[in-house]
Amino acid sequence: MADYTEMWKSLGIDVENHNALLAGLGQAYTDIFLSQKNRPEGMKYFDFVVSEVHGLRIKEIMDAKAQGKKVIGSYCVFVPEELVLAVDGVAVGLCAGAELGFEAAEELLPRNTCSLIKSMFGFKLGKLCPYVESCDVIVGENTCDGKKKAYEIFRPLVKDLYVMDLPQTKSDAGRLMLKEEYRKFIAKLEQETGKKITVQSLKKAIETVNAKRKAMIRLAALRAADPAPISGLDALLINQVFFHDDPARFTDSVNKLCDELETRVKEHKGVMPKGTTRIIVSGCPMAVPNWKLPMLIETSNAVIVGEESCVGERGTRWLTEIKGNTVEELLDAITDRYFNVDCAVFTPNPSRVNHVKEMAKNLHADGVLHYSLQFCQPYIIESGPVEKELENSHIPTLRLETDYSQEDAGQLKTRIEAFNERLKKK
Amino acid sequence: MRYAGIDVGSRTVKLAVLEDGRLVSSRTSATSHNPLGIARDLLKGVEYDRAVATGYGRHLIKGHLDCPVVTEITAFVRGSRFFSTECRAVLDIGGQDTKAISLDENGNLKKFEMNDRCAAGTGRFLEVMATALGFTLEEFAAAALTAQKPEKINSMCTVFAESEVVSLINQGATRNDVALGIHKAIASRSAGLLRRVATDGKIFFAGGVALNPCMRVLLEKETHRHVIVPPDPQIVGAVGAALVASDPL
Ligand code: SF4
Ligand code: SF4
Repeated sequence: MADYTEMWKSLGIDVENHNALLAGLGQAYTDIFLSQKNRPEGMKYFDFVVSEVHGLRIKEIMDAKAQGKKVIGSYCVFVPEELVLAVDGVAVGLCAGAELGFEAAEELLPRNTCSLIKSMFGFKLGKLCPYVESCDVIVGENTCDGKKKAYEIFRPLVKDLYVMDLPQTKSDAGRLMLKEEYRKFIAKLEQETGKKITVQSLKKAIETVNAKRKAMIRLAALRAADPAPISGLDALLINQVFFHDDPARFTDSVNKLCDELETRVKEHKGVMPKGTTRIIVSGCPMAVPNWKLPMLIETSNAVIVGEESCVGERGTRWLTEIKGNTVEELLDAITDRYFNVDCAVFTPNPSRVNHVKEMAKNLHADGVLHYSLQFCQPYIIESGPVEKELENSHIPTLRLETDYSQEDAGQLKTRIEAFNERLKKK
Repeated sequence: MRYAGIDVGSRTVKLAVLEDGRLVSSRTSATSHNPLGIARDLLKGVEYDRAVATGYGRHLIKGHLDCPVVTEITAFVRGSRFFSTECRAVLDIGGQDTKAISLDENGNLKKFEMNDRCAAGTGRFLEVMATALGFTLEEFAAAALTAQKPEKINSMCTVFAESEVVSLINQGATRNDVALGIHKAIASRSAGLLRRVATDGKIFFAGGVALNPCMRVLLEKETHRHVIVPPDPQIVGAVGAALVASDPL
């Protein structure tokens, strides 16, 4: 790897802490990902991306900035990448998945805050994340109460925080509100970049993002095969890289991987033997490098065949219909697309559990593991009804609540193994 | 054929040996800092054809004794059926965690719940409270059984509950009433865990805390369900592991 120290310094990264972070990440990656058997060749690209995640990709972003492009960071799948691309901006997902800088974060936030929010603060306060530091604008979104109040405290810590409001119900009023918020967001983007969104630029952006999502939908469908052609860990990684890689290159790499997986499926080749217990993970998003739970599952004689998560199908399964000949009409199409997202912050939120059921059927899953981050009220509270509904539909379900620490790994492993023993009985 | 089950718990290691479907021997020993050594000692001179390990130290044993493993959950499901074919729920209160498990009519695992990270409501919790009151574990249960009216214990955190106990005594509460209050707190918490997996059917009570007669009485009161305690509740997991070892390969 090239020496990026100067680049990091120029971004204001705490180089010493950052080196420790990269070393830890590299070790975890070797232990968890590179040790897997029968990995597809196509994963080499993603291994490369991870090895250069704070290097080459940041350099590309810096080069884009030098050409006058603006970098827009976001923490949630409700922030439309299409709009950022339409002003020729660079969109990066910032969700952080590591227990870093938590002491500093806990000086500003209650301890009983979900790890995702603490991590968002920890990465910023610890000056650890070159993505955060490279952003010209960071978009916050008023989803759960935790996030929306946290953004109030976050604002003075960053250069430019733009907060977007979000509806809580799937109603006409809610849809209207979302569209208005997106309209305001366009104004902000145009002001920031000095560029106007045109029908042409927006159509092109929609096509780019659609292509990226289509590749993910293709990948998701291939996992219905038994034996599973790719591990859940690898698929999760791809879902995580989805948020910060160059869109066109990413799409290309996923499609290439899918070509390979298609051959595998035809030849009945897989990462684990045919008949391995098949699990769907449903719930809170899993930001990099939060790999604890998938790792525990896949080292317990089971394979993950789908993620019902924002870092998973909830973030990728809908495309934007390209219809209309005005920016206004295209904005309608974008709003329609995003309004589908069935985050637990919506009330009521029946489409989410219906989708889990559908996934279980299509992917021939044996059971669902419901994952909530500790202190995440929307997902933890929803997990009760979700479990009930799934069990009533004869889909065995295990609810787990955890955070980014490793201290409960033993307990989690016992629960996961016991769940697998239950599934094998059938 | 002889089958051995080894249950490496956080507080005790248990061994059970089955022959022709009968329990022929069992042993228990405190876990100490060397669970592997303890397991080896327990196995000394014991003849068996196959063994299976369970309990929180199962993977440690697996690496050294080269035997398959099964989780405590499955081990308790199997073990409970060995002693009672009519139970539909299992409660295991061990040294560091509490499990509630429900079974279907064929004795298969249906659902389970476990307490979270801390030791609230477990055997360890009882030990600390007994010590705080100056009782041995036997005296502690006996005292609770003879109490008049329970003192309410509000905290289930071991550290907070301990200071609550001390201040109750300082305010003049009797040791017996405090002892009963502690037992009640654990019984109602365990009953809550049980209700999450199954709301009716007989309960099979296993694990070290089932040796405490007061807990059984209170659990029946709390749940309005029949509670079965086997002669040696500590070895249920080990028996279950031995049964798994006896499964056709
Ligand atoms: S879970 Fe909700 S708030 Fe979190 S990323 Fe997904 S949509 Fe956004
Ligand atoms: S994980 Fe839950 S609590 Fe945390 S930000 Fe997402 S929705 Fe909010």
